[in-house]
Amino acid sequence: MTGDTRSLDELQYRDEFISRHIGPQPTDVADMLATLGFESLDELVRNTVPEAVRGELPEDFPAALPEREALEALARMAARNKPACSMIGLGYYDTFTPPVVQRSVLESPGWYTAYTPYQPEISQGRLEALLNFQTMVMELTAMDLANASLLDEATAAAEAMTMSQAIAKGERARYFVAASCHPQTIAVVRTRARPLGIEVEVGDPEHDFDPEACFGILLQYPASNGGLPDYAGLTERAHAAGALVTVASDLLSLVLLRPPGEFGADIVVGNSQRFGVPMGFGGPHAAFFAAREAYRRYLPGRIVGVSIDAAGRPALRLALQTREQHIRREKATSNICTAQVLLAVIAGMYAVWHGPEGLRTIALRVHRLTSILAAGLKEQGFALVSDGWFDTLSVEAGERAGAILTHAREFGINLRAAEDGRVGIALDETTTPHDIEQLWRAFAGLGTMELQVDGVDEALRDDPLAAIPAAQRRTSGYLKHPCFTSHHSETEMLRYLKSLESKDVALDRSMIPLGSCTMKLNATAEMIPISWPGFARMHPFAPLDQADGYRELIESLEQRLAQATGFAAVSLQPNAGSQGEYAGLLVIRRWHESQGQGHRSVCLIPSSAHGTNPASAVMAGLRVVVVECDEHGNIDVDDLRAKADAHRDDLAALMVTYPSTHGVFEESIIELCKIVHRAGGQVYMDGANMNALLGLALPGRFGPDVAHMNLHKTFAIPHGGGGPGVGPIGVGEHLAPHLPNHPLRAAAGPEDGIGPVSAAPWGSAGVLPISWAYIAMMGREGLTRASQVAILNANYMARRLSPHFSVLYTGIKGFVAHECIVDLRPLEKDTDVTTDDICKRLMDYGFHAPTMHWPVSGTIMIEPTESESRAEMDRFCDALIAIREEVRRIEAGKSDAADNPLKHAPHTVDEVSALEWSHAYSREEAAWPLAWLRDAKYWPPVKRVDNVYGDRHLVCSCAPLDDYRAAVE
Amino acid sequence: MAGLRYTKEHEWIRVDGDIATVGISDYAQEQLGDVVYVELPEPGKAVSLGSEAAVIESVKAASDIYAPVSGEVTEVNPKLEDEPETVNGSPTGEGWFMKIRLSDPGELDGLMDEAAYDAFIETIE
Repeated sequence: MTGDTRSLDELQYRDEFISRHIGPQPTDVADMLATLGFESLDELVRNTVPEAVRGELPEDFPAALPEREALEALARMAARNKPACSMIGLGYYDTFTPPVVQRSVLESPGWYTAYTPYQPEISQGRLEALLNFQTMVMELTAMDLANASLLDEATAAAEAMTMSQAIAKGERARYFVAASCHPQTIAVVRTRARPLGIEVEVGDPEHDFDPEACFGILLQYPASNGGLPDYAGLTERAHAAGALVTVASDLLSLVLLRPPGEFGADIVVGNSQRFGVPMGFGGPHAAFFAAREAYRRYLPGRIVGVSIDAAGRPALRLALQTREQHIRREKATSNICTAQVLLAVIAGMYAVWHGPEGLRTIALRVHRLTSILAAGLKEQGFALVSDGWFDTLSVEAGERAGAILTHAREFGINLRAAEDGRVGIALDETTTPHDIEQLWRAFAGLGTMELQVDGVDEALRDDPLAAIPAAQRRTSGYLKHPCFTSHHSETEMLRYLKSLESKDVALDRSMIPLGSCTMKLNATAEMIPISWPGFARMHPFAPLDQADGYRELIESLEQRLAQATGFAAVSLQPNAGSQGEYAGLLVIRRWHESQGQGHRSVCLIPSSAHGTNPASAVMAGLRVVVVECDEHGNIDVDDLRAKADAHRDDLAALMVTYPSTHGVFEESIIELCKIVHRAGGQVYMDGANMNALLGLALPGRFGPDVAHMNLHKTFAIPHGGGGPGVGPIGVGEHLAPHLPNHPLRAAAGPEDGIGPVSAAPWGSAGVLPISWAYIAMMGREGLTRASQVAILNANYMARRLSPHFSVLYTGIKGFVAHECIVDLRPLEKDTDVTTDDICKRLMDYGFHAPTMHWPVSGTIMIEPTESESRAEMDRFCDALIAIREEVRRIEAGKSDAADNPLKHAPHTVDEVSALEWSHAYSREEAAWPLAWLRDAKYWPPVKRVDNVYGDRHLVCSCAPLDDYRAAVE
Repeated sequence: MAGLRYTKEHEWIRVDGDIATVGISDYAQEQLGDVVYVELPEPGKAVSLGSEAAVIESVKAASDIYAPVSGEVTEVNPKLEDEPETVNGSPTGEGWFMKIRLSDPGELDGLMDEAAYDAFIETIE
């Protein structure tokens, strides 16, 4: 080739990643702009984003790094972390992620790019994986019901507290927390109790607990120090007085211990991290939450349940959704939305992989090593705090504690420095006999030890469970379902995981145009570093001098996010958007208190807000006052002014989504902020729609005082099928002194902070490399371009669809922001076709439906994100237009009103290939309505799922399939 | 249905002596869709006019049921626990929710009769 005159520097294509991340290529962009009547992206932005809010990323925001250089930078950070052998415990343990699960789930786009399974017909794979998780939790804890995960053990304990209060329904406002709980759990429970007026009493449950005065009690089993208190009597006393008992527990220990459900617990919570999920410096991990059947309507979080499909066969879907914030709003018992699905899937698969026998072997081995360690320490003359243990010892080390910790660190072992000269040692499945011998040496002041692990082992073999009191040994079976005994060879496991994955639609198959959810590319280069041991194997409470890489990563990310949003400070602790909202509101409350305005308790929320907003406000102890919206979905400024004025003396905050939940850049935002500020309130901005703003406007500059950003939307962390999420908050300078902090980690937040909102100091630190890489590889120019193209894509789709559907809620110049709402109400009115029919029909075309019925019932909201190419958007539009044609045939009487491809969608391969075909339309119309489907057909594994049946006959665990069939007949 | 009185929250009430039977209207059950769960108060509970007395859930909505009159709950419909769909099939018959012993019969005057309720529904549709 001749004639290419680019210089070496130009050939050093530094912006390579930007064009990989952004779907439409330059020629497409030019064409699409022309379709809309613009010459440039800048011109598009001038016509969509109001002048008054516009602001650019600062000049010193770094330029893009090529993929390789970003990976190298992260590799250097990972190398600055020094993962030691962490025996700190506190609910976090090293674990071996089964390699087949690591590669086929954690590192597989088919799992990590999926969305929350709200469309059950195309989510049967991960729903089954979650059902495995629920079943595992229910059987190990011996409880009736379990949910599909919560954010972490500490917030799960806090949820148990509020649930107990809701069930107790009495006057009591005191909650007892055993001092033997993990300290971060106690701290988070305190944070959550305070705004609700719940008095938390921490003490020794045997001596200090007055069950008549409390609505509930939280216990830890095994205790944080490893002891095995017998709670049976205590539980009886609590129940006799009408108090509920929650037990925070550990799944691996329950293989050998009498499960809490058998001694009367009402709720059992805990962390499933040690079932194959890396510690990741604190998260993400799946907390579990189990309860008695009678409390099922109070359970927080998503629950997978079994139902049937239109053909009467078993099918899974999310059950009892009316408990959740998107329906209950300010009456919801919890604001939990995004949970920890990907991690719950991994933990469940760990149990599938090992099975009941494998888990027992792991538990017995950990327990044996602990008993061996204990025998050696006793021989050295050390006293143990508890006579019984599973895997954790607390040693009375007195004045020698400091030296012991130092010696252990010289051997590369981190121990827990507890108070009063006690040293905590928590073992796990990675512990080796060599580690035990090193520990003996550390305790012996580096002296030599006569003892040999093998010798002690022989002495213990006669009574291997001697350290577990007889009454507290497990006698019942667990994990009896065939799924836990059928996949123990790697080939079987590989195929099981593949078979589940292939039932689902994730981003590796087609675009997922969910409005408000921002299903953008999760680039491979962003994902790779999270599996590196330097990031994955760090204990959240490891000495900070072992975590220099994480500190650099966290500081750098905080700084970039602050720059990108125009805020003064950022906290990365909230591990979901809902947590960010909650934390932000608490920060506002604390600031008001610091101003002598602690009585301010009214939170204005527009009627168009997402359900988490009012739910979070109530949890923060605020009273919700709803602000009306006009017919365009915009906040009614006059109503806001009137309500702000009426509450001038007690207004705490306004919560506002920007751009609005209707996908519009409201022109009035600056005015709204001013009104609220003048009335003494603060403005909380819900950053769910930040993907339209980055690089185009700085929320910290145009009015809001706090905003959360969803790193799992705007900053490329994958949705994982419903979590992990990360929801950091940015705040103005005046609020910075009140950001979340952490009792075990002074560096994690300011002294006058609101306390911890998450169990770990920096929340889900383990996935922060993803967002760091995204920002690094996009740089100042790429991030801005991404927002521009996100807006371009949404407007392009709106334009393509507008001849066939009515597009609602455009801005004053006729353009949408980064998403568009398509009105299906006219079709619903003219025919029997419903929004559901259209969304289920999209599955026959291989697509995940857009967001349905939100924020307006009878509509769908489409958000393509910048990552979708023009070809893919065209394919989706073609499908929707073809469906519109199908509706027209019904309208014209050419297609039967009841027996048509929409009403019976989705169609399974089973029915389309059956000998018998009785519909008024052809098999061709059912399964291959457009030509491309001949080449790439996705088959929904089940027909339309019957939600009503499932909610009337709640089944939330794996049971033999015959049982379901019997129930149906 | 003759003899029924209605609230603006779509509860109906039928009075027999000092006992009022309470349920939700046909319009309400239709708006809710398939009912999957009804939470009823304990018999003996005292309720006051407009207080939350029960909860009804469909797959897509959860609604509070407000006491249309003050008094003491004397009986609840046992059928709704296992067959909540009765509310859809027979909202003003077998799908009744609870019986309340009236403490203030004067409160009945504030309720709508059939014709007034029908007219009310017209205004909200």
